[in-house]
Amino acid sequence: MDVIIENLPLYWEGLLRTLFLSVVSGIIALVLGTFLAAARVSPVAALRGFSTVYVEVLRNTPLTIAFFFAAIVLPRLGVTFEQFEVAAIIALSAYTSAFIAEAVRSGVNSVPVGQAEAARSIGMKFGQVLSLIILPQALRTVIPPMINILIALVKNSSVAGAFFVLELFGYGRQMANANGDQVMAVLLGVAFFYLLLTVPLGILASTVERKVAIAR
Amino acid sequence: MFARFSLMTTQVPGDSLVSLKAVNKHYGQLHVLKDINLNVRKGEVVVVIGPSGSGKSTLCRAINRLETIDDGKIAIDGKELPEEGKELAKLRADVGMVFQSFNLFAHKTILENVTLGPIKVKGMSKGQADKDAMALLERVGVGHQAPKLPAQLSGGQQQRVAIARALAMKPKVMLFDEPTSALDPEMINEVLDVMIQLAKEGMTMVVVTHEMGFARKAADRVVFMADGQIVEDSTPEEFFTNPQSNRAKDFLSKLLTH
Repeated sequence: MDVIIENLPLYWEGLLRTLFLSVVSGIIALVLGTFLAAARVSPVAALRGFSTVYVEVLRNTPLTIAFFFAAIVLPRLGVTFEQFEVAAIIALSAYTSAFIAEAVRSGVNSVPVGQAEAARSIGMKFGQVLSLIILPQALRTVIPPMINILIALVKNSSVAGAFFVLELFGYGRQMANANGDQVMAVLLGVAFFYLLLTVPLGILASTVERKVAIAR
Repeated sequence: MFARFSLMTTQVPGDSLVSLKAVNKHYGQLHVLKDINLNVRKGEVVVVIGPSGSGKSTLCRAINRLETIDDGKIAIDGKELPEEGKELAKLRADVGMVFQSFNLFAHKTILENVTLGPIKVKGMSKGQADKDAMALLERVGVGHQAPKLPAQLSGGQQQRVAIARALAMKPKVMLFDEPTSALDPEMINEVLDVMIQLAKEGMTMVVVTHEMGFARKAADRVVFMADGQIVEDSTPEEFFTNPQSNRAKDFLSKLLTH
């Protein structure tokens, strides 16, 4: 276990970078996913079609493919970036947004249809009905699945370690290579630091869920 | 002589606030609205009654296009209902709707339920909207509930808030789709009283209901529907004492025996 103590600064650095990747990708995914869900229920057929195809493709292909695309294909198409972190954020947020979109959509479907009818009948336009009435109620009901998706996002960010991005898992690999005799301890340390991020998320989920519940 | 005179006034264009011409609607095989013609004049209270499944709710919901129709024409204050979009939203702002299941916005307070339309749709300032809303809530007797959430109110209170929410838009006409059907018996009257008051004040109303007492007290006209058709269209007096069709006679006799 000495190897963990000795490498605490590296673990800490990895934790912060994983946190950074997760927070930035998480925020982008939440916003993008909500827009995708809105597009999915919009009266415009083209938006519905785009959203459906996007969600189905990203939800049903491995995350690694999204990473390959962002890190290797995009630069060949002329989209270049200084750091691989950007590619990682693109891949993670694109991938995660598909799941967020599905969660939000299920939330939208859980809001009684009378809510939208009442909003329409006082003269609200589609965008207002969605943003003022439907989404605020939908988002509250989908907080638990949403947090599950964000927990998955934190863990998925480890794939970035394989694409030249140094985060918790990336540092873990470095440490394992440097301490070949203590791989087990190194990896246990990595797992522990992931838990430091994901367990509080789960606790946050149940707290928020209790706070925002809507009585009907 | 008088009869002819009144017949002529009903035909003056512009006088009718809601007009349905040859409206038809199908749900798959089911023909729910059959060639419906109906004119509601300004200030008139029209009560639509009839057995379940007669199409009366569909008729009510079609008037602000919550239900689309297959053919025919529906016009509000001379303007034909447009396709879904900005124009329709504008027109709906002028048509108040009260639902069987209240449909108050569950995540908003009672006050916010009433102010949301004026602020977001009409662009009214929050201060003015709050003031107007409080006056409306007082009027329907739930002023002291303003900061609560809908789920904390009884059904009767919720429905009165729903009426206030619709009135806040200063609608030209109010549609009531079975407003008391989901209420416990002791709460029905508090809602009907508000509606009777509205009728007395000259609001144009289309009311789908099973409350015959309300029809007698407040209606200018009773429209009786059965099987998707308007079977009778007369004064309450005439309808309740001297129904013309067998369908209406049958319907009324069932009401009286229970």
